[in-house]
Order: sequence, then structure tokens, then C-alpha cells
Amino acid sequence: MNRKFISLVSALALLGVPSVATAADNIKIGFVTTLSTGAGAIGKDMRDAANLAIEHLGGKMAGKNIEIIYEDDGFKPEIGKQKTDKLVKKDNVDFVAGYIWSHVLLASYKSVVNNDKFLISSNAGPSPVAGKLCNENFFSTSWQNDQTPMAMGEVLNQRGIKNLYIMAPNYAAGKNMVTGVERTFKGNIVGKDMTKFPAQLDFSAELAKVRAAKPDALFVFYPGKHGAQFMKQYAQAELAKTVPLYTVFTIDSLSLPRVGEQADGSLMTMFWSPDMDNPANKKFVGDFKAKYGRYPSHYAAQSYDSIMLINSAVEKVGGDISNRDAVRTALRAAEFDSIRGDFKFGNNHMPIQNFYLRQVGKDKDGVYTTKIVDVVYKDHQDVYAKDCKMSW
Amino acid sequence: MNWLLLLEQVLNGFQLGILLFLLAAGLTLVFGIMDLINLAHGSLYMMGAYFCATFTAWTDSFLIGALLAIPATFILGILVEVIALRNLYSRDHLDQVMATFGLILFFNEFVRLIWGPIGLDIPLPALLNSSVEIIPGVPYPVYRIAIIGMGLLVAGLLYLVVSHTKLGMLIRAGASNRETIGALGINIRLLFTLVFGFGAALAGLAGLMAGPILSVEIGMGDGILILALVVIVIGGIGSIKGAFIAAIIVGLIDTVGRSFLPEILDIFFSEASAATAAPAISSMLIYILMALVLAIRPQGLFPPKGVNG
Repeated sequence: MNRKFISLVSALALLGVPSVATAADNIKIGFVTTLSTGAGAIGKDMRDAANLAIEHLGGKMAGKNIEIIYEDDGFKPEIGKQKTDKLVKKDNVDFVAGYIWSHVLLASYKSVVNNDKFLISSNAGPSPVAGKLCNENFFSTSWQNDQTPMAMGEVLNQRGIKNLYIMAPNYAAGKNMVTGVERTFKGNIVGKDMTKFPAQLDFSAELAKVRAAKPDALFVFYPGKHGAQFMKQYAQAELAKTVPLYTVFTIDSLSLPRVGEQADGSLMTMFWSPDMDNPANKKFVGDFKAKYGRYPSHYAAQSYDSIMLINSAVEKVGGDISNRDAVRTALRAAEFDSIRGDFKFGNNHMPIQNFYLRQVGKDKDGVYTTKIVDVVYKDHQDVYAKDCKMSW
Repeated sequence: MNWLLLLEQVLNGFQLGILLFLLAAGLTLVFGIMDLINLAHGSLYMMGAYFCATFTAWTDSFLIGALLAIPATFILGILVEVIALRNLYSRDHLDQVMATFGLILFFNEFVRLIWGPIGLDIPLPALLNSSVEIIPGVPYPVYRIAIIGMGLLVAGLLYLVVSHTKLGMLIRAGASNRETIGALGINIRLLFTLVFGFGAALAGLAGLMAGPILSVEIGMGDGILILALVVIVIGGIGSIKGAFIAAIIVGLIDTVGRSFLPEILDIFFSEASAATAAPAISSMLIYILMALVLAIRPQGLFPPKGVNG
């Protein structure tokens, strides 16, 4: 009997059924990410970070209970849209956050912003939502896809790279990343391969072409599990001696435990790093490591910021989120301690922020992580902001 | 045209073809002899890789891990046949598709429970984890050469077993005419169980060999299963020889097409449209081939004797 009761309670806890407060007066947040498939590790990192943020907030925003509903997009745009529709129409959430993949975000975008709900992207930053399709209900706590590779293009120029080979997966974010690096890189692009995504995991044919093209450097963007696989194959092909590698969103805290040795010393650009010296980041990284026993990834950092951004707005309007205009004004102010330090929103609700050069190395405990070596851009705004008609 | 690059791409295509062959051989046997559509074949491929990763971690040796993983997937295959699939032989193909699709979901969740959502790695010994120059100027990863060698060895052994042993004779007879072989007093039930276990072990071998190149992760067999199905359709269902030749053809077309199509398209179209179209067209090539084979020779290129489309 007792055992049955315990399992019933834990089942309810798993379902996320609120046990005490009535649902009507909660701050309801939907969170769409990838929890199944090989990309499930990213979603787990984001969920862990969002849960940590809620813990830091004591489970309340402006005195109201936080109710967060996680949904799994299964790495597929159509499922992401279905789950988003469910959150907006059935659960009637006030905010929808999350979204790893640009193609999933693009499919789900209108379901949220056209239904008077706020969409906070915790990772994806495809060019349309920053430019022509920008919307007063959309905000990002990450970046526009082009920005990070643009910073990398500047780094390549500084390092005197003349001939560059580019590899990226053939989907919305992959195309943005390539456009980004092409926009700032001044040398020749001697070869470019857009691989099938997410199906293609064997890059032997492309790596053979890279070897034959003899470039000064190789630029790649392979997020999630593709990154770990690319790093292994790059190492097995022994290209590192002849063709140095520069990456964006390929090596992260999720893949470093597995590919740290191959990636040691590797350079990438990013808006954030676990070693950034500000109180909010120290608290986030320290508590994340203490609670989960690993470094948070940028996916986690952005998710933590998404919850904190929502909290700042809810607090500012005193918990009365029915007044959407007031909430929007509060979100635009972005008055919270971000893990990246100070930033502000551009007219398109994309962060205007610094981008850094990070390098893989060991921390004092011998664990592989990334450290900032240089500032590439200060207060950088994405190039699509001018296509966005919104101003405030 | 860069001939050294072409050579390297042919090797890459060959290596993919060998992996596909190992997967397709088991699939085509099970399909051809037992008339069972086994979508869960990709799950056995995944289990082979997970077994190998686990045993490698325990013993610190990839070789021992691999040697233990093959009998482990053989036993797993037999268990799956005895527990789940035995009851499906008399059902129609749709029921089999449903049941084995259920097995895919089962295995994916099972792996998540046991090994967690983050994939595993199979560390290679230093000898295999490097490149050698096969001819001056073309370094090639040793491990990929090992895959090709291993695959050719298995293909040779399969040929010997299927063509020159009593078991092989029964397998060929089963592929050509299932009812007669049962009527002749052969223990068809045992034969089916063995063939299934055998196919599972081959899938496991493919999985554990793919593991060190690709990572070992949930659902790793689902995508490659589709390619294996294409291979057995092209090669002729039930034919090992067909599976071998079709696997090499598919591997070569996929790899060589992927690497040279952009340049070929460049000749006819503008650079921008070639760059956009090439990945799409190259990923369609093998399906175009399959459609052609189905249109011209629906029984496949090398169907087993006595089978006519």
C-alpha cells in the first residue's frame, strides 16, 4: 500500500503536476528542446540549466509559482511545431523558451508570436527572425547565427590565413554560419562542402577533398554529436599537422569530455565562456558544476539567461503579465545580471554583445574546458537588424 | 581531375560499401529465407556497438571487446527471435513491420536506460588510430583499411559457408523455396533461429566496426538501415552475392557522387546553384539507382536461383 502511494506520488512528480498552488495563478513557461535522439544530451543540459535558474529564484517570480513544461522536439521541425502548438493552445503558457535548432525554431515561430505569447530563443538565431520576420514578441538570449562565424572570419584575417576550406551541414543554421564567415574573411575560399543534415555522419569524402585542396586552414560548424564525430575523424585523418582547424559551435562542454585530447588548443569564437569573470556567471557555473558534476555548455548558459530574462520582466510588472505591452517593455530593458555580463537588445530583440576568442585547455583539476584568450568584437550587432522594421 | 583524390574517394566508398554489406547480408538472409521484414536489424547494429564499447571499457582492449561483442549480439539475436519474432512468421508483412518497429523503440529506450542519452566512445589502440601512406602523398586512416580487410575476410568466409557447407546448402535452399525444404524434414525452426542469430552477429560486427569512426549512440542504426534496405533491393532479396555487389555500388556512388558532383554540376550551372543543388542531388543518387533497378529488373540484380520477380 505504502509503496503504491510512493510510486503514485513520484509518477505525479514526473508528470510535473503542480501539487499545491492552483495553476491559474502560476507563471507558465513552455520549454521546447531536444530530449530524445542523439542530440538529447544538449536538451538535458538546457533543462538542467533552466531548473537551476528556477532553483536560484526559489521557484517563484514576483511571488508567483513558476510552472515549467518541457517538451521534446525529437530533432524534427514538424514535431517541434506540434509541441509548440500544444504549449500555446492547450497549456496556455505565457512564455515559450528553448529551441536548439534553427529549422525547428522557424517552423514553430509563428505559432507563438502570432498568439500573443512571448518567444525566447535559448539558442537558435536564424537570419529571418532577426531581419524581415522580426516580431515584437520574439526575444533571444543567444545570438544571431551569422555573428559568431563573422568573429571567426576576423580571427582568420588577423592570423594571416589566405586560403580557407569550409565545411558545414546543409540546413538553415549551417548556411548562416557559412555566410557569416564569408562576410568577414578576406582571403580565398578554396573549397566548400555542405553536408546532408542530420543524416551524414561520415566525413571521409570531404576530409579527403580538404587534404587535396591544401588550404591554410579549415573552418567548420558541426553542432552537437556531429561535432564529436567530426573531431574524431579529423584526428584519424591526421590533418591537424597540415591544416589547422577553426570552429564555431563544434566543440563544447558536452563533447569535450570525449574529444578533449583531440581538441586541445583548438580555437573558436563565442559570446561566452565558463571562465568569464562576473558574479552571475561565477554563481551559475559554480552551482551548475556542484549540482550536476560537469561544466555547463553555452546551450545551458543561454537557457539560464532565458529564465532570468523572463524573471526580470515578471518582477518589473509585479507579476501582472496580462498587460503584454508592459511585459514587452520590461523584456526590452533586459535588466538582469546576465552570465555574459552587460548586454542590451537591438531593435530586433537580438542581443548586442561582445564576442571572444576561446581556446580549449585544462582547468586546475585537469578537466578540459575553454578559456577566453581575446576579445574579437565589442558590442556587436547582427547585420540583419537593419532589415527589421521594428523600432522602440 | 585529381587522380590521387579519386583513389582516396574510391577507398572511402569501398569502406562504406563494406559496412553496408555486413549489415545487408544479415538483413537479406532473414528477409529471403525467413520471409521476415526485420526493421530492428539496425537496433542489433546499435547493440553490437554498445556491447563493444562496454567490453572495451572493461577490458581496456578494443580487440577483446570486439571479440566478446560478436557472440553477445549473436545470443541477443537468438533471444529476440525466440521471444518476439517466432510468432510473426505466419503473419503478414505489415504486422512484422509494426512489431519490429516496436523493437526499434524498445531498444532505443533500453539503451537510454542502461547507458544514458549521451553516446559512448570506443577508443582505438594507437596502431589503428593513425594514418599510413598507401601510395606516396595519400595518407589513409589505418582503421578504415582494417575495416575493408575485415569486410573482405567476412565476405570470403560467408562465401565458403554458403557455397561449400551443408548449412550453406540449407540456407540457399531456404532462400529459393522455403516450403519444400520444410517438407524434406529439415528442422526449419532451428535453421531460422540460427540464421537470425547469424544475421544479428553480422549486424553487430558492422556496428562495432562503425563505432570508432562514428560515435556509439542511440538510434545510430536507424539511418543506415534505410541504406541497407536499398542495398538488398538492388542486389536481390535473399542473395549474399547480390548484397555484396550492391553494397559496394551504393557505397561508391554515395561517396564519389558526394565529392565530385559539385564539380560536375559547375560545368553546366552557375557556381551558386551548383553548390545548392549538389548536396541534394548526391543524396538522391542511390535512390535513383534503386528506382531504375526496380523499373528494369524488379527481382534485383542478382536474385537467388529459382526466384523470379
